[in-house]
Amino acid sequence: MYVAVKGGERAIRNAHALLDAERRGDPSTPALSLEQISEQFALAVDRVMTEGSIYDRELAALALKQARGDQVEAIFLLRAYRTTLPRLAVSEPIDTGSMRIQRRVSATYKDLPGGQVLGPTFDYTHRLLDFDLADPEAAPAPVESAENHADSLDGNVPRVIDILNHEGLIEEEEPDDPDRPVGDLTRQPLDFPAERDVRLQNLARGDEGFLLALGYSTQRGFGSTHPFAGEIRVGEVAVEIVPEELGFAIDIGDIQVTECQMINQFKGSATEAPKFTRGYGLTFGHCERKAMAMSLVDRALRAREFDEPVQAPARDEEFVLYHTDNVEASGFVQHLKLPHYVDFQGELGTVRHLRAEARRRKTEENES
Amino acid sequence: MTAAASPLAGYNFAYLDEQTKRMIRRAILKAVAVPGYQVPFGSREMPLPYGWGTGGIQVTASIIGRDDVLKVIDQGADDTTNAVSIRQFFARTAGVATTEHTPDASIIQTRHRIPETPLSDDQILVYQVPIPEPLRWIEPRETETRKMHALAEYGVMHVKLYEDIARFGQINTSYNYPVLVNHRYLMAPSPIPKFDNPKMNRMRALQLFGAGREKRIYAVPPFTRVESLDFEDYPFEVQHWDHVCALCGAADSYLDEVITDDHGGRMFICSDSDYCAGRRERGHVGPQETVRFGSDAAE
Repeated sequence: MYVAVKGGERAIRNAHALLDAERRGDPSTPALSLEQISEQFALAVDRVMTEGSIYDRELAALALKQARGDQVEAIFLLRAYRTTLPRLAVSEPIDTGSMRIQRRVSATYKDLPGGQVLGPTFDYTHRLLDFDLADPEAAPAPVESAENHADSLDGNVPRVIDILNHEGLIEEEEPDDPDRPVGDLTRQPLDFPAERDVRLQNLARGDEGFLLALGYSTQRGFGSTHPFAGEIRVGEVAVEIVPEELGFAIDIGDIQVTECQMINQFKGSATEAPKFTRGYGLTFGHCERKAMAMSLVDRALRAREFDEPVQAPARDEEFVLYHTDNVEASGFVQHLKLPHYVDFQGELGTVRHLRAEARRRKTEENES
Repeated sequence: MTAAASPLAGYNFAYLDEQTKRMIRRAILKAVAVPGYQVPFGSREMPLPYGWGTGGIQVTASIIGRDDVLKVIDQGADDTTNAVSIRQFFARTAGVATTEHTPDASIIQTRHRIPETPLSDDQILVYQVPIPEPLRWIEPRETETRKMHALAEYGVMHVKLYEDIARFGQINTSYNYPVLVNHRYLMAPSPIPKFDNPKMNRMRALQLFGAGREKRIYAVPPFTRVESLDFEDYPFEVQHWDHVCALCGAADSYLDEVITDDHGGRMFICSDSDYCAGRRERGHVGPQETVRFGSDAAE
């Protein structure tokens, strides 16, 4: 006699035990410490913090370890944890103008106050596998400490965008009314048309791969924005909050961020003289590819504001903003592996019926 | 039935914090007040993936109390892996009693089915919804579909159904078949088979729908009119089978097709596992037989 499949509970328990064992791998290999992940897979940690929306290297390292190195899964873990955290305060806007610079490059000026600082970059490495790294004892050559760079910058590193601003060549960017609450997609659902604060939050949390492809598409002509990398800077900034009982700002710590200011062409309109426009990207940690892609997409999404035709995918805010989130996307794509027996049974019935109907019609045709 | 226990330490009762539950309850109240209307809500990121029922889970978490008895089904069955997982989630985080027996449950969370046993006034049915927008396949833009709902501009859906009839001689939607609620809002019943649609009409239980990823909640209050769209000359019809359940002999339940060998052997059994088990307990016996389909055998 046929017995319906049972035992989902035991199967799940066993699957979890298997997952734990696979995660650990061969027990004769030493287990990874969170410090090792955070120090040596720093860029993986940075991406997980950025898209997971929590600045905490230790938690991000733990998430990566638990997720067996799967970034989207690690981002998901961090997001789910984030939901349970209380909101103690809203910080003041960070001031990237007073960043302790670790890297700062501009593609628009050969030299500028504060100079160009390459910092730790892959940019000019030749991508040759370094077999020396296979030796766990291999130590890098000694470097001058990062502090020396910062000193040489003299604390005077104006943003390139601000330099253009002095001449009135680029659109002004006025700070928002400080009394207007900043949108928060993790508390309020997306609504259209979306304001720029919400769009930027969406992009900052958005999937790096998706933004990279969208940004790339604008460069290839699907909604071109004629970009120049005005400035990319990486470094530490102070986070300040104003506790109600104090009434003045206090510094609660430093975070590392990557900021990209993209400068884009704008022809001008009947009412406005030609000037440059801006696209903005900001990430936690050092996520340069993401920050640059984000700034391209941010600018593309401002099409409505500049009366540009909304034809290209990157300019279509409903298309972009609804599909950036990799936790949502990963969930919905992968939910297809959940049981759909019932719906599939319905479709089986429909297709059988349609085929029978088609056969009947054909027979009738042949007979007539 | 599994008895109540103390909830998981370190987390609030039923996982969500009380402020979030209040926000969701407000959305539910609005949804009940405007039957079939999709209420946007601040959906939270849950510890289960989107697509696994995060909307239904948030609705259940917001309405469940210590004395509730929870039943969770997926494809009509209590023992499918995702149903087991969600039931365990609430057993852990809320410590509530759980059951597989439909009449014993005060809250039933479901994916893709409505139980065969009719529900009563003191029960709530919570649906997990992937795409809450019934017009989404016709119009991908939310900005457009919201306008269409505001103007009750649903002709396009009738055109779609008409085109099906013109091309194939029948309406080809077998699940998630669109319904009109309270003569006003077009609503997606979630991907339940159209077989279940008539059960929604004037149901005694409150029906709540949660779409987590899409951040929408909607509702059908008890005894509300729910009509499946159709035409006078092509009235709405539900699926029917040439077979009865092989296990319990039921001729009135939705059947799953189970493949028994690689020579076209099939068995048809109840998708509602509790309904089937209940019938067998009461002594009903099905034919126990395997049905054979040749290639392209007409049904």
